[in-house]
Amino acid sequence: MTTRVFGERVERREDPRLLRGEGRYLDDLGHDALEVAFVRSPHAHARVLDVDVTAALDVEGLVAIYTHEDLPGRLADPLPLLIPHPALTAPRTAHALAKDLVRHVGEPVVMVVAADRYLAEDAADRVRVTYEVLPPVVGLDRAEEVAAHLVQEVGDVDAALAAAPRTLELRLDIERSASTPLEGRGVYARWDADDQRLRVYSSTQTPTSVRFAVAAILGLPDSQVECVAPDVGGGFGVKIMHPWPEEVLVPWAARLLGREVKYTEDRREHFVAATHERAQEQHVRVGFDDDGRILALDVRFLHDHGAYTPYGIIVPIITSTQLPGPYVLPAYRVEFSSLYTNTVPVTPYRGAGRPQAAFCMERTVDRIAAELGLDRAEVRRRNIVQPEQMPYDLGLTFQDGRPAIYDSGDFPATLRMITDLIGWDDFPRRKAEAAAEGRRIGIGLACYVEGTGVGPYEGGHVQVEPNGRVNVSTGLSSQGQGHQTVFAQIVATELGVPMEDVHVVTGDTRRFGYAVGTFASRAAVMSGNAIALAARELRAKALRIAADALEASPDDLEIVEGIVRVKGSPDAAIPLRTVAVLSNPLRYSFSEESRAATQFSLPVRGGPPVPRGEAPGLEGRDYYSPERSTFANGMHAAIVEVDPETADVTILRYAVVHDCGNLINPMIVEGQIHGGVAQGVAGALYERMAYDEHGQLQNASFMDFLMPYATEVPHIEIAHLETPSPLNPLGIKGAGEAGVIPGSAVLAAAIEDATGVAIARMPVSPSELFELQGGSA
Amino acid sequence: MTEEQHHITLHVNGVPRTATVPARRLLSDALRHDLGLTGTHAGCEHGVCGCCTVLLDGEPVRSCLLLAVTAQGAAIRTVEGLAGPDGALHPIQRAFAECHGLQCGFCTPGFLMTTAGLLDRSPAPTDGEIEESMAGNLCRCTGYQNITTSVRRAAELLAAGQGGDPAGPWAGEDPQEPVAEAPLAAGPYAPPPGGGVPGEARR
Repeated sequence: MTTRVFGERVERREDPRLLRGEGRYLDDLGHDALEVAFVRSPHAHARVLDVDVTAALDVEGLVAIYTHEDLPGRLADPLPLLIPHPALTAPRTAHALAKDLVRHVGEPVVMVVAADRYLAEDAADRVRVTYEVLPPVVGLDRAEEVAAHLVQEVGDVDAALAAAPRTLELRLDIERSASTPLEGRGVYARWDADDQRLRVYSSTQTPTSVRFAVAAILGLPDSQVECVAPDVGGGFGVKIMHPWPEEVLVPWAARLLGREVKYTEDRREHFVAATHERAQEQHVRVGFDDDGRILALDVRFLHDHGAYTPYGIIVPIITSTQLPGPYVLPAYRVEFSSLYTNTVPVTPYRGAGRPQAAFCMERTVDRIAAELGLDRAEVRRRNIVQPEQMPYDLGLTFQDGRPAIYDSGDFPATLRMITDLIGWDDFPRRKAEAAAEGRRIGIGLACYVEGTGVGPYEGGHVQVEPNGRVNVSTGLSSQGQGHQTVFAQIVATELGVPMEDVHVVTGDTRRFGYAVGTFASRAAVMSGNAIALAARELRAKALRIAADALEASPDDLEIVEGIVRVKGSPDAAIPLRTVAVLSNPLRYSFSEESRAATQFSLPVRGGPPVPRGEAPGLEGRDYYSPERSTFANGMHAAIVEVDPETADVTILRYAVVHDCGNLINPMIVEGQIHGGVAQGVAGALYERMAYDEHGQLQNASFMDFLMPYATEVPHIEIAHLETPSPLNPLGIKGAGEAGVIPGSAVLAAAIEDATGVAIARMPVSPSELFELQGGSA
Repeated sequence: MTEEQHHITLHVNGVPRTATVPARRLLSDALRHDLGLTGTHAGCEHGVCGCCTVLLDGEPVRSCLLLAVTAQGAAIRTVEGLAGPDGALHPIQRAFAECHGLQCGFCTPGFLMTTAGLLDRSPAPTDGEIEESMAGNLCRCTGYQNITTSVRRAAELLAAGQGGDPAGPWAGEDPQEPVAEAPLAAGPYAPPPGGGVPGEARR
């Protein structure tokens, strides 16, 4: 018997602190820090001719004003290109402060440091920047400058299309949206002149990488820089982008001024100076037979990359490689062009190119069904990968540079479950009944496969203190996913200790220096497995030491509730905390417990007190580095009603079947799905970035950008299928992004079914739907 | 340029607190930065997201839409005032933990205070009332489903007498200085007409 909390609906360890208002988010830190405001470009494309700070100089509390001319060394260079790729032939990144040119509204031009944010904004208001306004490029229809172009092809698509009995062409459009966490970005830095160390706090999804970037750009040794992600108020992708201009400027100013300096982004800044995603224009040609079997798929899409490409072309690569979803595509070609526009740059937002991929593939399958007059679920059934085809190699190169191979999943079972859950087969009757009452309802179905847990690696450290406390750390950070809980569940189960004894720290380079970050639904897969491996290493060591003390074989020992004991004779036992004492041979006793480990207390054996190859202390450290990504999958179904008068869309039911392998904590997984679905609904019906032709974002506030409230998100019904991944020790696959991926596809299908109007763009507002219907209900 | 400063007293969570602030200081900033009560969060600073919701004389308000000086003498309750004097979680807080009603936790103080206001007015709210009351607060993590479940659960816990009334440990006390009604329901601080601030405009 062990303490098995893996798989249980355990309440979150994070919650009591957060519920008391004791969270420590970025702006809760640095009470006495100087604060920063930026003068940002009001133009989408302009030359900076002059900066005049004279009028700002007499603002009370002003400490410093910086422009690009003031930046030393590498801080004056363009910021890093994070993910180079051979196809990214014209990469471009911004300067920390604009040098000569600005390429989108919101780009930082001048940095102001003052006693507080009010005063910093006062001074920023008085800085006069003279611009020569240049013509902006806004929207894919006007974009011409190519950042990247990439083609991947499996099979002979041209031949397969030519030979196909039937072909169809589609044009699909997806608009911009953004992660929009409720806490924006923020960074707070302090230089410790005594220790000669820089500490940077950032509301980031990757503190280890921020640390290395800041050290490199400021010319400091890594060992003098530490980075901590405090409580992070949501990320959803945008905070994986780094280093932001603010992330290098604030630490630089803190060191230069010898003062604590803090920048907290406001909401408008988040809209115009962070990053967006989603916008694509897709052109599809598909060949299929009379039974609806797909023979060839040819997709060409344009990807709006905004003004810069700091995060490389990860998003369009993911769209390209996740587009096939659960389907067998005998021939598949995907070609994209990433285009520059004078808008906010594009980096991953939850789903990261997958919602666009699912929209493209699922709209295509629905069109095939419509063309042939076949049931949409049946067409899917005829095309999906069968369990016996696993592992299923797509023949494509995934976002990690490794082959995209589906490792596990039972797509036919998932399809049966979703059609049962939503009542698919019975729906025509319901639809007819509703129609008889003058109501228009429709049903939709959409599938996805999601590559999760991309490498290269994560690590974990587990340590038992002589008081029995178990400390766990991993380098990646948390933004609400409940890592302190799920990692504690893993360690409690692996070690056989009470969960209350386990304390998890994430995202603090002082505790764990090597990590990649929290994105791509990878934290549970990567850090979860690394921590499990570290716990197993610790357990083996504990059993070796306990076996010595108990004069037993390690194979005969078990750990139950923090006690190491001989199986079958529980009296022969030693607490794990005592094992921790014995693991660290001492000269000096400093407590009652530690006396047992001093030199005249321990039995003298042959060899040194710490055997070669061992280390003092009861600790384990290990890394998990997968050969390739693991692939989760799922299917969503929705029933909507469209108002005959107003074209308003109401979601009557929303069902999810989800397979992320073994569940660590079903409550948390369901929470992740709920949040993802809400963002899927948002992308389908509400959210868009409304740029005008001048590159001004017209809806850069929560008043105008329609983020759903409780009244807009439907009740979500969830069923889990658990097909464990064979790729990792815990058999888990990622769950973080899944909920959002098929949202636009499933709602488009349901609206189309309800109205009979082809839906080829997302989001679709009631007024657009009204227009699509020919202006009449 | 030296700004005129104002001395104000706010009765925060039952304790008179003083601060010296310029007239433009937002109540949210005064609570967070002058009084160090950082549990109240600022998510948009234009009155839409509800993260900064506090109870002002018992009513949920957006502290980012109020100037601190206009709250002079008012009784304010923040998330820090929910738990009991012994540190025990308030039933509303317990309900949110039980029902996984929070993820990143940034919007949570606003939801907790909105819930406190709701359950004080309406101890046994209907599902419709709950949804309507919560529909003035944004959450990007949870999809709201577990939040509305948490509110229902909080009503149950309170009805079962586990932890007193929603207005909390100090709620029985009268504000030490009566406060005019003007800053709240009407006047320059009222939500814009036409439902710009959904949760409040409907009240």
